Amino acid sequence: MSAPNRSYDPVGVASLEPQAVQECVDAALVAIAGAIDLEALKQVRLEHSGDKSPLALANREIGALPPAAKAEVGKRMGLARAQVKDALLAREAELTVENDLRILRDETVDVTMTAERMGVGGRHPLTTMMERMSEVFVQMGYEIAEGPEAEAEWFNFDALNIGPDHPARTMQDTFFVDSVDSGVVLRTQTSPIQMRALLERSLPVYVVAPGRVYRTDELDATHTPVFHQIEGIAVDEGITMAHLKGTLDHLATMMFGTGIKTRLRPSYFPFTEPSAEIDVECFVCRGSSVEDPSSPCRTCGSEGWIEWGGCGMVNPRVLIAAGVDPERYSGFAFGMGVERTLMFRHGVTDMRDMVEGDVRFTQAFGLEV
Amino acid sequence: MRVSMTWVRDWVELPADISGREVAERLIAAGLEVESVETVGAGLDGDLTVGRVVDIEELTGFKKPIRWCQVDLGPDHGGVRGIVCGASNFIVDDHVAVAIPGTQLPGGFLIAARETYGHISDGMICSERELGLGDDHAGIMVLSNTETGVDAKALLGIGDEILDIAVTPDRGYALSIRGVAREVATAFGIDFHDRAMDLVDLPAPAVDAMPWPCDVDDARIAELFTLRRVVGFNPAAHTPAWIRRRINSAGMRPVSLAVDVTNYVMLETGQPLHAFDGAKLRGAVRASWAGSHGSFTTLDHVKRTLQPDDIVIRDDSGPLGLAGIMGGLTSEIGAESTDIVLEAAWFVSSTVAKSARRHRLSSEASRRFERGVDRVLAPYASARAAQLLLAYGGGSYVGLTAWESPYEPTVISLAGQLPARTGGLPIESSVVKERLEAVGCEVGDNATEGSADNFAVVVPPWRPDLIDPADLVEEVLRLGGYDVLPSVLPVISAGRGLTAAQRIRRRVGISLAGIGVTDVLTYPFIGDVDLDACLIASEDSRRRSVVLANPINDEQPFLRSTLIPGLLGVLRRNTARGVEHVAVSEIGRVFTAAQQISDGGVGIRPSVSRRPSQEEVSALESLLPIQPYHVAAVLSGERMRSGWWGSGQDYIWADAIEIATMVGREAGVSLSVEASQYAPWHPGRTAALSADGHTIGYAGEIDPRVLGRLGLPPRTCAFELDLSRLTDLATMVQPAPQISSAPVAKEDLALVVDHEVAASDVAAAIRDGGGVLVESVRLFDVYAGPQVPAGKRSLAFALRLRAEDRTLTAEEITRVRNDAIAAAEQRCGAVLR
Ligand SMILES: [Zn+2]
Repeated sequence: MSAPNRSYDPVGVASLEPQAVQECVDAALVAIAGAIDLEALKQVRLEHSGDKSPLALANREIGALPPAAKAEVGKRMGLARAQVKDALLAREAELTVENDLRILRDETVDVTMTAERMGVGGRHPLTTMMERMSEVFVQMGYEIAEGPEAEAEWFNFDALNIGPDHPARTMQDTFFVDSVDSGVVLRTQTSPIQMRALLERSLPVYVVAPGRVYRTDELDATHTPVFHQIEGIAVDEGITMAHLKGTLDHLATMMFGTGIKTRLRPSYFPFTEPSAEIDVECFVCRGSSVEDPSSPCRTCGSEGWIEWGGCGMVNPRVLIAAGVDPERYSGFAFGMGVERTLMFRHGVTDMRDMVEGDVRFTQAFGLEV
Repeated sequence: MRVSMTWVRDWVELPADISGREVAERLIAAGLEVESVETVGAGLDGDLTVGRVVDIEELTGFKKPIRWCQVDLGPDHGGVRGIVCGASNFIVDDHVAVAIPGTQLPGGFLIAARETYGHISDGMICSERELGLGDDHAGIMVLSNTETGVDAKALLGIGDEILDIAVTPDRGYALSIRGVAREVATAFGIDFHDRAMDLVDLPAPAVDAMPWPCDVDDARIAELFTLRRVVGFNPAAHTPAWIRRRINSAGMRPVSLAVDVTNYVMLETGQPLHAFDGAKLRGAVRASWAGSHGSFTTLDHVKRTLQPDDIVIRDDSGPLGLAGIMGGLTSEIGAESTDIVLEAAWFVSSTVAKSARRHRLSSEASRRFERGVDRVLAPYASARAAQLLLAYGGGSYVGLTAWESPYEPTVISLAGQLPARTGGLPIESSVVKERLEAVGCEVGDNATEGSADNFAVVVPPWRPDLIDPADLVEEVLRLGGYDVLPSVLPVISAGRGLTAAQRIRRRVGISLAGIGVTDVLTYPFIGDVDLDACLIASEDSRRRSVVLANPINDEQPFLRSTLIPGLLGVLRRNTARGVEHVAVSEIGRVFTAAQQISDGGVGIRPSVSRRPSQEEVSALESLLPIQPYHVAAVLSGERMRSGWWGSGQDYIWADAIEIATMVGREAGVSLSVEASQYAPWHPGRTAALSADGHTIGYAGEIDPRVLGRLGLPPRTCAFELDLSRLTDLATMVQPAPQISSAPVAKEDLALVVDHEVAASDVAAAIRDGGGVLVESVRLFDVYAGPQVPAGKRSLAFALRLRAEDRTLTAEEITRVRNDAIAAAEQRCGAVLR
């Protein structure tokens, strides 16, 4: 390094000559362009832009110049150094992008190697089905009512106009708790909840009651001693069978799709009068299989209709047993088998699949909404 | 009830082109459940002709008797044909049904002339079974009252359609051709003439014999009881083919003329009849309570032990039959019976139902009496039966004896607009009247009600089910067709949605499924064998079992008091089916007997003619077992699978506890954990989970002895919580926490304690000792080994300290740390490591 020029020695400094500076810049630019990665660029920066780089050393010589020359040389040096610095920044940016891309490329995995590390769970489709059906009614303003599964005979039979000698008691084979004289049975239907709802709530009553029921059938492909029903009851002023039909049509639409109709056929239940069976239009063929033998329908057996459950207008005798004035109030009630609904809505062909607890059955339904 | 359409056509002038299927559709719409429509002899294609046997040659030398017959079919069907036949129940001059070559039998068998047993057999002499008419294949059909060359198909009822109708308990009248025919007539708008009420022309009673005396002990047994007698009857007389055919068409079997006639009249009119052999009767025949009459044997050869309130028919010798259900062996019609005493009666339906149920005996008669038989029909029906007996079995008519209590038909007052109000559509009063008359009611204006639009409806004697106005409404609406009802949604005010319990049950189910547990629904039946296998002690409250009087399986007569046995069964089934890692849960009710002994529950039977009192409802409720909802899970195998990422993690006791506390959080309840012992869990690996001082349930590893005994995978874990109790403790309004934005200070503490000291107690001591500045305490390491004294272990806790409003100073941090250590030392004997 030259000492500061105090004597104003009129000798020029060779390293500050334009040509020398340009050579430095050129050398720097070549080196920068040649840096293949950020590490190399770091070295280049040290060599061409660092404190000991030719340009930095030359810059110090400015002090040795006569005052008249300082301005011009200073400007030249500034431009040169800026040029190198800009080139460094640009190259750095380029190399950073390249580096990032390489790292990402190197970290690539085979995403198809995933395995189910966490076990798969699922809710039982009967549970989901009961919630789905209940939801239709809750959205309309119904509430979900419940009752005990081991139920007083009075609620299960007597209060529903099924007297001690009523033939309906022979239609259903009942589990008796303790003894046949205990007065307690496993409820054979969800209908006792009708009476409980009328006793526990103030009018009007609009409730739906999903739940477990019991009959002494042996388990086979189409029977099970433990199964599920969903019951609905509406008691209000001016309730008609047209309301029953409208409600069932709505449920059918929500469960099976727009435009699906229900059909009522006269039938008999002691706790409803008039009574009807509910058929729902086959949601698969919508009845087209009836007239067209070439495309039979497995879901409805080419009948066009599927038997779904029972319903009717609440028998005034039931209202009386609940202390409801049948002159002022009327009501409808309906009940469907949940297993049955699952069987035809989802194509379950064997009742045993629903009761055995094979996890593969339930897992197929997953967290179905 | 199997209903022959040709029989119905005897009663209704139905246009010939209306098929059985069309009739079925109309009947279904009217409320009769027609389950099937079959055609008799369906599949028979070609001629079936009546032939007369003119010659029989017995062929010998074969394994079974074979006949070479010459049968005359008349000039139009090839005259005399030679036919080989394997049956022997016919003689020369008998008429038989012959299928000639070219005819195809039901089942697709094509008749052809072919050589067999050394002759060319030019046709086939048919049996009932070959034509699909019945099961009788003992021989071929011998036809009576016919001529050579006649079409045998019409004669045999081939082509007749049979409607199989499932009759609901309210429609007893439809258990008869008469009742179904009335519905058909109404459905097609055809006039109906009730032939059952026509007077039958019987000869004047013979004077040399007496009608058989009868009596009824109590009008609660029978309101009408009749005996009609025929003597000099020919017991060898055959039942004419048309009666046999119709009995067959109804699915019953012909027996003998006297029995067949009673069945025929029952099928046609709905009135059950019973024929006694007068020679076997001793004194008056009476309907009475069984009282102390011990036992007797019914026609089905079963000895019946009578209860005092059974009703029986008896004479001086004792019980002759269960009234309205089945006759007895002693007075049965036999091959020598010439003195026929026909019983026709109206028994009280509830009494018959009770006896039939008690004796598990359902007969054609009892099915009808249970549902209700026409109150006035008995003498008409027995007259028709006597007429048939005389016509086909000869003999002399002797006369009738009868006992009857006064009959008052039911009269119902019906507001003319009630059907419209119930159906939700306009119905003219005149239409209401018209439809009720079609049912058989007499409809008059009810002047006493002071309204022109009010009917007094007299119910016909065959419709005991019509009692209330609502019953009449159903008749009016069903005859109009339910398909015309409008479809309208009721307008409902806002509901309150799901209850907290219902919401929590759903959330628990969803969250368990979300962490990989599969929901199952098991049967709630268990037995001592299940409780024993789970090592549940005899004094355990889960042994306070609710017992079923009639379980499906005698090994499992209890309702479950715990969900665990059912889930272990599911685990076993899945394991047996090759599923390796099984995590299953169930949400369902469990049952334990109420403290109070539920005895004489049937005594609590509130009147149904008013609302039960609160006391009555409470009395009913007190009978019931305690039946809360539980949630349980059984966890077996890997919770996290092993694979290329490394080894998996098996479900361990800690998972069971963690998942159980997660269930608690779903209900907004923080469950605390402490060591416990509770079967079927491992005595050293059981946590009791509690909240607010209530034990909510247990979690941990299942006792290896239980797993061994049941052959289940080792280290299987489980939890079970009382979900109902959890719900009761649910946090409904969670207060918001104070969130501090001041910096956190982290401190670790390793404390050496005795093995027996619970980690949760040490953590609690740290938290309490450290005070409000302790934000959280987390156990992150446990060490036992050479670095600590024997019988001790080191527990390492990570503390997070934070002030509400400032950065903690070093002094504050040290003070908290020292206070925490001091508390742990004092309460748990902990020493800083
Ligand atoms: Zn279909």
